[in-house]
Amino acid sequence: MTSLLRREDVAHVAKLARLSLSEEELELYTEQLGQILEHANDMSTLQLDDVAPTAHPFGLINVVRDDIVRPSLSRDVVLAMAPDAEDGRFAVPRIMGEAP
Amino acid sequence: MTLPGSWEMVVGLEVHTELKTATKMFCGCANHFGAEPNTNVCPVCLGLPGSLPVLNERAVELAMAIGIALHSTIAPSTFHRKNYFYPDMPKDFQISQYDLPINSGGYLDLPDGSRVTIERAHLEEDTGKSTHLGGSGRIHGADRSLVDYNRSGVPLVEIVSGPDIRSSAQARAYASELRGILIATGASDGRMEEGSMRIDANVSVRKANEPFGTRCEIKNLNSLRSLHRAIDYEALRQVEVIEDGGVIRQETRHWDENLGVTSTMRTKEEAEDYRYFREPDLVDLAPEQAWQDRIRLALPAMPAERRTTLQARLSAPTPAQLDAVEVVIDLNLERFVNAAIDATIDPVLALARAANELAGGLEGIENLTIEAFCATLHMEQSGQLSATQAKTVLGELLAHGGDPSAIASAKGFEQLSSDSLGSTVETLIAENPDEWSRYREGDEKLAQFFIGQVMKLTKGQANGKAVIAELQSRR
Amino acid sequence: MKSAQQIALDVQSGASSALRELDASLAVIHARNDELNVFLYVDEEGARAAAAEIDDKIARGVSVGPLAGVPIAIKDNMCQVGIPTTCSSRILEGWRPPYSATVITRLMAAGAVPVGKTNLDEFAMGSSTENSAFGPTRNPLDPSRVPGGSSGGSAAAVAADMTPVALGSDTGGSIRQPAALCGLIGVKPSYGLVSRYGLIAFASSLDQIGPFSKTVMDSAILLETIAGHDPMDSTSLPEPAPSLSAHVEDGVVGKQIALVRELIDGADPDVVASVTRAVEVLKDAGATIIELSIPELRLGLSAYYLIAPAEASSNLARYDGVRFGLRVDGEDVEAMNTATRTAGFGAEVKRRIMLGTYALSAGYFDAYYGQALKVRTQMIDAFRRAYAQADLLIGATAPSVAFPFGSKTSNPMAMYLSDVFTIPTNLAGEAAISVPFGTGEAGLPTGVQLLGPGRSEAQLFAAARVLEREERGS
Repeated sequence: MTSLLRREDVAHVAKLARLSLSEEELELYTEQLGQILEHANDMSTLQLDDVAPTAHPFGLINVVRDDIVRPSLSRDVVLAMAPDAEDGRFAVPRIMGEAP
Repeated sequence: MTLPGSWEMVVGLEVHTELKTATKMFCGCANHFGAEPNTNVCPVCLGLPGSLPVLNERAVELAMAIGIALHSTIAPSTFHRKNYFYPDMPKDFQISQYDLPINSGGYLDLPDGSRVTIERAHLEEDTGKSTHLGGSGRIHGADRSLVDYNRSGVPLVEIVSGPDIRSSAQARAYASELRGILIATGASDGRMEEGSMRIDANVSVRKANEPFGTRCEIKNLNSLRSLHRAIDYEALRQVEVIEDGGVIRQETRHWDENLGVTSTMRTKEEAEDYRYFREPDLVDLAPEQAWQDRIRLALPAMPAERRTTLQARLSAPTPAQLDAVEVVIDLNLERFVNAAIDATIDPVLALARAANELAGGLEGIENLTIEAFCATLHMEQSGQLSATQAKTVLGELLAHGGDPSAIASAKGFEQLSSDSLGSTVETLIAENPDEWSRYREGDEKLAQFFIGQVMKLTKGQANGKAVIAELQSRR
Repeated sequence: MKSAQQIALDVQSGASSALRELDASLAVIHARNDELNVFLYVDEEGARAAAAEIDDKIARGVSVGPLAGVPIAIKDNMCQVGIPTTCSSRILEGWRPPYSATVITRLMAAGAVPVGKTNLDEFAMGSSTENSAFGPTRNPLDPSRVPGGSSGGSAAAVAADMTPVALGSDTGGSIRQPAALCGLIGVKPSYGLVSRYGLIAFASSLDQIGPFSKTVMDSAILLETIAGHDPMDSTSLPEPAPSLSAHVEDGVVGKQIALVRELIDGADPDVVASVTRAVEVLKDAGATIIELSIPELRLGLSAYYLIAPAEASSNLARYDGVRFGLRVDGEDVEAMNTATRTAGFGAEVKRRIMLGTYALSAGYFDAYYGQALKVRTQMIDAFRRAYAQADLLIGATAPSVAFPFGSKTSNPMAMYLSDVFTIPTNLAGEAAISVPFGTGEAGLPTGVQLLGPGRSEAQLFAAARVLEREERGS
């Protein structure tokens, strides 16, 4: 585990997260996130190869619901929340690329 | 199409099928194609803050049915989040299965005897749908887009084949056979034109027996025809690039149906970092043996088995009859054919009427009872109805239902009793003495002359065989 | 102020009315909210309608629930249909959810009267309520200090007698720490005991809703009202709500309670003194006290600050300007998403989104997020071993009493250390309660934390009640 967090790492992560950072913010976040990751390095010395990860505290399985239709929301209510709507749909500025 | 020289194409397919459930994958909104935009949406499938997914039991069962039909292993599985921003994806992540899919391994045998391995068949949710406005109406050049979330959260199974396919024809046969299986399991309606079955193709080329080449993924294959065309185009493109001294870059390419070409959508370097991690709002899925067995036992026969069974009822099927068998199985019509054969109808006649008349009138198939189908074919076989009349009666039955003999008499088909046919034949003999004497002397071709004349007089309502019988009796 | 239990009894008996109790609550809110910045939204109209309905039912002899006429404050990260719900973020400003959280539905079915939405650290990320986009909340016990966080508004509402009870949410200590800093009972229930449906997610595998109150009994009543299986939450425990209020007076006779070294190490001496005295009180009440060291707890903070931001980075992706909330225009959809998120999120939220995105990204996943999940496994195993030796554990809730504004805002790591004692319970999905016990610097309250395994809430309330009786004399 490395704590050598670089500015370009922070810039890359910001882009992935759709956040834009000023030069000063980039500087500050690189330093702060670096400190947090450095603290996390106390885990890196642990030999945990044989330990199973826990993503969830309880071992519930097979939680399912019946395939029965329930009422949907009214479209008026749904579109009233929208920053922009047109023709019964949510309107957004042009999309530059196809979905992955 | 064959590739030039010793080039060989290597193809693997990823087939996404929407599952035919009543509700979406994680909420109780109706899974219904064609509704008014944004009318089948709720906090869950709109990704509103605070909403949580709950898995649809039926979606799990249909996924298991697909897995069983493809000889997969059903194993304990988990759900992951695939993170990327896109406006038709309300949570800006897709819930999918990642390293532990519900179905792993398996295979699909094609009618030509080849086998394509299955790598996995996993559950995931569909996205909403964007419409692009301004410009050409396509995504590039549009000035804005409108999003409908009715499809968001519809359950999908993605079936990933091994890189075992070696021709576009085989790819098409695979997709077609898989479609038949999806329909047979009840998992999907297989309607490619409505997007309920969508295909991506991974295509590479190599010289025979050499290692696999670099592959390109082709998106947007919305019909079996475009699958076939796109694979051929792409394989040939890759061969040309290599033969011109170029290299194939791993990338995602878009198939343009109108231009008939693929073009670069995204290179490997531009690929997203999806940051997959376990979906913390869902628990593990581990269908117990008893649940799997219930699904297995409820599964009907798959197309391959049904095809074999039906073919066995034909004595020495011609290629055309084998095609008809294919059509009948694809359209799930063999119950009609089997019942007719059981009721002593000639298998060839039963197959032909099902593969042509019933296949052509599928939208009315609920109107047609098996009894009415058999009764109509009986009337045709016994000469009470001509072929043309029988087809008319079937058409009427498909359109409105009803009783075949009542339809026949309402259409006036009953006038052609043997009495009236006999008198028509006698009149023609009297009017055409030369032809009659040549026929009597053994010129069988003249039977066609008399049949033609009878048809003319009866406006096509006579049965050719019955006319010959009348002629024979007077010879 | 009267307890929730007393209000419900008075309303049911006719000694008071829901409207009268609501007026009393609103009077305090009107008097002090400007100063303390507790409520972001007060739903006077809705509360009056709900109270009138309770009174009407009682007049007609229709039975009402165990919280009849009890005014309650709701942390503003829980959806209530038609009521602005912001998570103290610009990005949700003005959004009115079209549905209610399961806890709100259950509260109202039990006769409670939600009076409004309380301030929090934006998206529940913080330990002081200083990260709210709508200004910090002040601690009613000392307005120059923070109330703790992230549920600082809900804690302050109860501490200022605006409402007898409130709901908060606890992802790494966000109920227990402000409860300690405001002198209240605060409960982090077992993961899955309370439905998360309608709770705006911070970190899904850690978040739990729980009560704030001045008395142990009120928290027990409130928790048993909102607990129990919910088919809308796949992670909800399958059983109905446990009986809790019936066990409040069970005492601790014969219980093994372990004082855990790692749950007091580094705490201020006055805090440690309160814990030590609490241990004595429990011992006098019949518990057997042992001492334990659980070194794995020291790793909790590191694991938490990777797991929680990782989940948050994904949970907060949906705030993209497309379907609801803030939109800042951009020439294409990516520019619009970016402009919206950049303008809509505060610094701490951005910090955690980036941290979490990094921890999940290609090349770093195994070293950070993957390793943190394994540490989580170790934490669970360590607790299991501890609970093989003891029924409950005891330690401090927070390292210090309420701290002054601005004292930790410049250094994220210093702020994160406020949660060092509370985080392990969230990672393990277990239960814990903070009990106000003793005082420290400037006469401010100190909090003692009792921890138990999953589904141990009844035992925790019984032990907390022993400490409460000692402090209050009744």
